[in-house]
Amino acid sequence: MNRDRLFEKVSLGSALIVFFLVVLIGLMLLSEGFPALRTIGIRFPFSDAWNPVSGNFGALPFIFGTLVSSALALVIAVPLSLGIAMFLSELAPRFMRVPIATLIEILAAIPSVIYGLWGIFFLAPWLRETGEPILGKTLGFLPLFQGPPYGIGMLAAGVILAIMIIPIISSITRDIFLAVPNEQREAALALGATRWETTKMAVFRMSRPGVAGAIFLGLGRALGETMAVTMVIGNRPDISLSLFAPGATMASIIANEFTEATDDLHLSALFALGLTLFLVTFVINAGARWLVTKTVGVPFGGRS
Amino acid sequence: MTLLLRRRMMNLTMTILAFLSALIALVPLFFILTHVVSKGASALNADFFTQLPLPVGEVGGGVAHAIIGTLFLVGVGTLLSLPIGIFAGMFLAENGATRFSRIVRFSADMLNGTPSIVIGVFVYAILVVPFGGFSAISGSVALAIIMIPMLVRTTEEMIKLVPHSLREAALALGVPYWKMLWSIVLRTARSGIVTGLLLSIARIAGETAPLLFTALGNQFWSQSLFEPIAALPLMIFTYAISPFEEWQRQAWAGALLLIMMVVGLNVASRLFFRQTLKGKRS
Repeated sequence: MNRDRLFEKVSLGSALIVFFLVVLIGLMLLSEGFPALRTIGIRFPFSDAWNPVSGNFGALPFIFGTLVSSALALVIAVPLSLGIAMFLSELAPRFMRVPIATLIEILAAIPSVIYGLWGIFFLAPWLRETGEPILGKTLGFLPLFQGPPYGIGMLAAGVILAIMIIPIISSITRDIFLAVPNEQREAALALGATRWETTKMAVFRMSRPGVAGAIFLGLGRALGETMAVTMVIGNRPDISLSLFAPGATMASIIANEFTEATDDLHLSALFALGLTLFLVTFVINAGARWLVTKTVGVPFGGRS
Repeated sequence: MTLLLRRRMMNLTMTILAFLSALIALVPLFFILTHVVSKGASALNADFFTQLPLPVGEVGGGVAHAIIGTLFLVGVGTLLSLPIGIFAGMFLAENGATRFSRIVRFSADMLNGTPSIVIGVFVYAILVVPFGGFSAISGSVALAIIMIPMLVRTTEEMIKLVPHSLREAALALGVPYWKMLWSIVLRTARSGIVTGLLLSIARIAGETAPLLFTALGNQFWSQSLFEPIAALPLMIFTYAISPFEEWQRQAWAGALLLIMMVVGLNVASRLFFRQTLKGKRS
C-alpha cells in the first residue's frame, strides 16, 4: 500500500513537472522581456529600428524575416510533401515504399548545424553563381528577384527550411492518408476511377483538416528553426522586398546577438523576441494539434 | 482525344509528378551526404579524436574535448530527463482520461514544439544567471528539457500497447499495483521505450541552439561541472562560420562524425523497433 502511494506521488510529480515547465518558460520570458516591452511600449512589434547603441529596438524586421522565410519554405515544401505522401501511400509500388520512406526519415534526422554548414559552403555559393542570376534574368521584373545575388540571404534560408520541413509534413500527411478507410477507395475504384481520381475523391477530401494540421506543424518547425537559418540568412535587421537580400529571423537574431548583448535593455529586447517566438509557435502548434486530432481521432504521436 | 484517354493521361502525369516530388526531396539528401563524406573524410585522423585544438591558423589538432563534451551533455541530459519522462508517461497512461491528464498531454506537446533556442534562453535565465556563468550543468538541463516531452509521448504510447490481460493476470495473482506497473507493464513496453529513447538521444546529440547560451563551448578540457563545456555541434557551428580554412576543414570532419552518430542511431533504432514489432526479439 505504501509503495503504491509512493509510486502514485512520483508519477503525479513528474506529470506536474511537465506542466510547470511550460508555464515557467512563459513566465520567465515575460519577466525578462518586460523591461524592454515597458520601455519601448506598444511600438515594439511595429518598429523597424534595431540599434543597440541608441537603445532603440523594434521587432518588425525579425517578424518580417520569420514570416517571409517560413512562407517561402512552405511554398516550396507543401507541394513536394503532398506529392511524396501521395506517392508513398497510394501510388508507389510496394517494394519502393519502405526504402524511400526511410530515406526521407534520414533527411529529418540530420542536425540543423549540418544543414547550415552545407548551406554556407554549397547552397549559398551555388545560389550566388547560378541560381539567383538565373532567377534574376527570367523573373527579374518581380521585386522578389531583384538586387545583387549575394547567395546568403532570404532565398537560401527559405530553401534550407523547405528541405528541413518536408519530412515532417510528408510523414504526417502520409499517416493521415493511410488513416482513410479503405472502403472509400474501393468504392471509387468500383465506379471505374483511375488511381489518381480515387486519391483525389476519396482520400484528399477526407484528409483536408489533417493535412492542414501537418502543414501547421511544418510551419511551427520552420518558425523556430535557428541554426541553419542563422548560418545562411546574413543576420541583417533589414526589411527588403527582394528574396536575394540578407535578413534576419527572431530565432536567428537571438542566436547571433544574445551572448554579445551590450546592455540590459538589449538583452531584454532579445528576451521579448523569444517571448514572441514562444507565443507564436505555441498558437501554431495548438492549432495543428487540434486539426490533426479532428481527422485522425488521436493526437498525432509516435513518429519523429 | 477521348475522355478515357484524357483521364488515363492525367493519372500517369500525377503518378510521375508524385514520384518526381520524392526524387526532388531526396536530391539535397544525396548532396549533403556526399559533400559531408568527401570534405569530412580528409580531415578525419587519429589526432582529430584525441587532441585538443591548436592555436588558430595552425594545421592539425583535434576536437577530443567536443566529442567528450557531447557524450557528457547527452549522458547527463538523459539521466535528468529519463525518470521524469517515464514516470510522467506512466501517469498519463494510467490516468488517461482526466482533465488534468489532458492538460499535461497538451503541455508535453507544446514543450515538444517549443523552439530549442527558446529553451536555451529559458535555461539561461534560470540557471546561468544565478550560477554566474555558463556551465555543463546548464547545457545538460537544456537538453533534458528537450528530451522530456519526447520520452513522455513514447512511454505513454508504448504502455498503452501492453494488453490488459497481462495487467489483470498479474493483479489476479496478488501482485501489488505498483509492482505490476514496474515489472510487468514497463518491462513489456521496454523495447519500444528504448527505441524512443535512442531517437531522442539522436535528436539532442545534434542540437546546437540550446547550448549556445548554456554550455557555451570551450577550447579546452572542462575541469568541472560548472564550467563551460564543448560539444560537437557547437564546434561545428563555431568553426564553420570562422574565416580559417583549417577550422572549416575540421568542421566538415565534425559534421561527418555527427552525422554518422545521429543518423546511425536513428536508423538502427527504427530497424530495431520494426524487428520487435514483428515479434522477433523483446
